[in-house]
Amino acid sequence: MLDTLKLPERHYLNNGHGLKSWLLTKDHKRIAILYLISISAFFFLGGLFAVGIRLELTTPQGDFFQPDTYNKMFTLHGVIMVFFFLIPSIPAVLGNFLIPPMIGAKDLAFPRINLLSWYIYVLGGLFALFAILVGGVDTGWTFYTPYSSAASNTNVIPTALGVFIAGFSSILTGLNFIVTIHRMRAPGMTWFKLPLFVWAHYATSLIQVLGTPVVAITIIMVFVERAFGFGIFDPQRGGDPVLFQHLFWFYSHPAVYIMILPAMGVISELISTFSRKKVFGYSFVAFSSLAIAVFGFIVWAHHMFVAGISVYAAMVFSFLSFSVAIPSAVKTFNWTATLYKGSLTFEAPMLYVYGFLGLFLVGGLTGLFLATLGVDVHVHDTYFVVAHFHYIMVGGAIMGYLGGLHFWWPKIVGRMYSEFLSRISAILVFVGFNLTFFPQFVLGYMGMPRRYHMYPDEFQVLNVMSSAGAAVLGLGYLLPVIYFLWSLKHGEVAGPNPWGASGLEWRTASPPPTENFAEVPTDIPEAYEYTPHVVREAKLV
Amino acid sequence: MSDAAVHTGAHGHAHHPALQHHFDTMQQQKEAGVLGMWLFLLTEILFFGGLFMAYTLYRIWYYDAFVAGSLELDLFWGTLNTAVLIGSSLTMALAVRAAQTSNRNLTMAMIIATMVLGTVFLGVKVIEYEHKFAVGLIPGPGFVWHGNEALGRNVQLFFSLYFTMTGLHALHMIIGLGIMTVILWMTWKGRFDAEYYAPVEMTGLYWHFVDIVWIYLFPLLYLVERHN
Repeated sequence: MLDTLKLPERHYLNNGHGLKSWLLTKDHKRIAILYLISISAFFFLGGLFAVGIRLELTTPQGDFFQPDTYNKMFTLHGVIMVFFFLIPSIPAVLGNFLIPPMIGAKDLAFPRINLLSWYIYVLGGLFALFAILVGGVDTGWTFYTPYSSAASNTNVIPTALGVFIAGFSSILTGLNFIVTIHRMRAPGMTWFKLPLFVWAHYATSLIQVLGTPVVAITIIMVFVERAFGFGIFDPQRGGDPVLFQHLFWFYSHPAVYIMILPAMGVISELISTFSRKKVFGYSFVAFSSLAIAVFGFIVWAHHMFVAGISVYAAMVFSFLSFSVAIPSAVKTFNWTATLYKGSLTFEAPMLYVYGFLGLFLVGGLTGLFLATLGVDVHVHDTYFVVAHFHYIMVGGAIMGYLGGLHFWWPKIVGRMYSEFLSRISAILVFVGFNLTFFPQFVLGYMGMPRRYHMYPDEFQVLNVMSSAGAAVLGLGYLLPVIYFLWSLKHGEVAGPNPWGASGLEWRTASPPPTENFAEVPTDIPEAYEYTPHVVREAKLV
Repeated sequence: MSDAAVHTGAHGHAHHPALQHHFDTMQQQKEAGVLGMWLFLLTEILFFGGLFMAYTLYRIWYYDAFVAGSLELDLFWGTLNTAVLIGSSLTMALAVRAAQTSNRNLTMAMIIATMVLGTVFLGVKVIEYEHKFAVGLIPGPGFVWHGNEALGRNVQLFFSLYFTMTGLHALHMIIGLGIMTVILWMTWKGRFDAEYYAPVEMTGLYWHFVDIVWIYLFPLLYLVERHN
């Protein structure tokens, strides 16, 4: 059967050769590849700083790095991972590649703006790299004033400008997606036939469009203070540093949902494919994405419970933070119900889904601990917080990203990767992740603060566990690079639909032609039409 | 690009030269553009919104200092600039209308008029900034304050916001003038007609937005307490 499969003669990868055909492309699929290459580079750079952090923390003394160097390590790890990897990851790579074929369109609404957004991202990235090369930055990824505006003598301005510039790339991607989803759907592709991946990206795009400009202006205000001596957040002139925190978290809390919502979209696609069932409660899952986007905007002050905000404001924000758990739980319960009595299989993408479900559950529930005023005072700025947000951003967002990448890789390049190695890698990532971050919950609860390069002796066992886990996790992240690159030439030809999945993107060739479909599909099915294996086999008999 | 045949519409006749390959109709292309532009303006509102938030907070906290700072601004130049900018919005609207009715010469005249008025605004802004430099009202170590000494440090907050807000507004106008130069050239080349004038309309939306920001900035900065 596999012998008969052949790559299509014409597809987007061989439609034009040479560097220029890539750097000036307006094809959303090629732009997705450009993003994939650049964010992967930043992912491994950010990972390198994490290696430094874990290396230093294997012993209680400060023995590998000076305290100042350590401060720069965790700052750069955060800045790069948040702004240059996680924010663009799923939307700019998988969203960019898949939204047009999923809705039956030839391209995004604004192909040139799409390419522009990549160049803006690269420019922002160059600013960040420049900051690293000339000595780094030590403010933490949060750039809190007045330290960032007046005290720090590191490269705050180039780093902050890099974040500012990359923000516009994120805005343009979000804007492009919203317009595309509104105006480019194929005839017959109604809102409630859209894959949940598209719904999730719609909600994500709303956050990108509404939130990012606020952090942009906040960075401008820090910039004018640092560069020109203006004093918008300067307490000596009556300015309010807490105002900075409000404005910063007004974006940066919803930014977590920019990372996790697309991953949730990926999970919905994968879970239905590999349990051969319609996603349970389609419209609830769709609307819970929008609900998370809306609620996400009214919880930001839970980052500031100990920053001197009024106790009444804290109570309101605590309550609102709890409310985000509702749409999140709606999703989790619906996914679980989708698994129920499904024909479950254990391909690599689905292993990531199982991992996501467990890790997101832990990450989400510990978020409720932190939203509780009394508990937050105890664990604020400890490793408990670090563990919590890594469960969401790594255990949730990156598991979703890797699951999605494994799922759509045969669509993107037309070939399969090693099934054995990919399963090993998924298991390594899951085990390595838990070994790295679960001990950090305990450390944080015991009182180990974040952002210190030394700690009391009694924390060493747990820290060594964490560092060992990080090594396993790193291996799990390196393996896919090897077998994905291997697959480009040597992988088995995948064919249009290797998973037997139902979305429109699987109806076209792999890799797809430049215009996505030879003929624009006209018979649009309901989303997730699957026949369980059992029934189908019975028919075969 | 490949498969040009796909883009021959249902009616079978040739398409407008401005129709991009991934759209089916001019109507769809225009709707997408307009929606995109309004979303962009929404991001602009939130961009300036952060500054308005800071302004609101500090004005409530340090009202007296804001009054003192506001009285240092020149009401004549501020009022003149408001009139100039509202006038430029009128000429911009007329330019869009002229493009819509395929009147190329009038479109060009109106775009040029808008650019002239925009330049006048920026010129006035330069005069005002220069005066502030001369009397030392630039926040920072060189700030000079001859009024009530107790208010001095908070007046710096007012001027920090004044320069950031009007500076970003001026930057938006400079970008607008750049865009209009391109639009003017495209009009001269005869790219627009009644069926395709979206770029002129988008530029108009942008220009009106920049105008509206000033409509808020003028009273907030110049007119804090002018009645006594």
